[in-house]
Amino acid sequence: MGTTLDPGLLVRIGSSTPPQTEVVTRRDIRKYAIATGQRLRKYLDGDEAPPTFHVALFWPVAALPELRPDGVAVDELFPEIPGKRPLAGGLKIEFHRPIRPGDVLTSTRTLTGIYEKQGATGPLVFMEVVMQVVNANREPVLTEKTTRILK
Amino acid sequence: MPDIDKITEGELLPVREFRPDAVQLFLYNAALWNAHRIHFDHPYATGVEDHAGLVVAGPLLGDWLTQCALDWLGDSGRLLSFEYSNRKLSYVGEVLRSEGKVLSVDRARSEVTLELAIRNQSGEVTTPGTAVVRFDRA
Repeated sequence: MGTTLDPGLLVRIGSSTPPQTEVVTRRDIRKYAIATGQRLRKYLDGDEAPPTFHVALFWPVAALPELRPDGVAVDELFPEIPGKRPLAGGLKIEFHRPIRPGDVLTSTRTLTGIYEKQGATGPLVFMEVVMQVVNANREPVLTEKTTRILK
Repeated sequence: MPDIDKITEGELLPVREFRPDAVQLFLYNAALWNAHRIHFDHPYATGVEDHAGLVVAGPLLGDWLTQCALDWLGDSGRLLSFEYSNRKLSYVGEVLRSEGKVLSVDRARSEVTLELAIRNQSGEVTTPGTAVVRFDRA
């Protein structure tokens, strides 16, 4: 089946963000555990990070002028398509090793796919971004695939 | 603590109720550095983006699914993989619940696949997901 996607969009597949390195602190783990309503002691005490802690660790620390009026920092990895707006998306994460205070983690995000599917009310565009997180020894910590759906 | 030798397909995980409020949403989005107004600016959320109220952050609902699995699993093992999607928005003031069910048990690998969901007070599944957990070998 043919695609109506702009070839200028498709050439962006494979583009990556510069690696982002962050230090994991007990304080940040504790804040995240409390804010998410955790019940398990190891997370509340900050001995280990909850499974979704990387969402906070690698969220871009955007400066105020970089925020749009709605408060959102533009994610330059996901191309915008005029006339289309994001719908629900999904996330798949594989966990390779636990995250603990003192870990120095590096994340790299890559746009791995843009494709179109016919939805009930018209074409839907799917965009996939893969985030690879490794530790200071370059060992894999987790792999996350985000799918964003635009209508 | 569940025992992998006794777990059966279809077994239900404990249900947990959530009543997300503005304070929790503030702390969550501050921990991320997420300034999207739909999570803290009620006049903006309702007047500009036409929401029914303050929107509960999608990744927070995803986290609650992992908690559903891990509260059940305890220290018996760890989460190997997890996936979910946000299908319907939830707003501050709603009562949500997380629930889960054992989909399959692989005793040779000590792995259990779980079906997870966040359901709103109308009974609709807003956030379906699955997780695979591995039990530590005795």
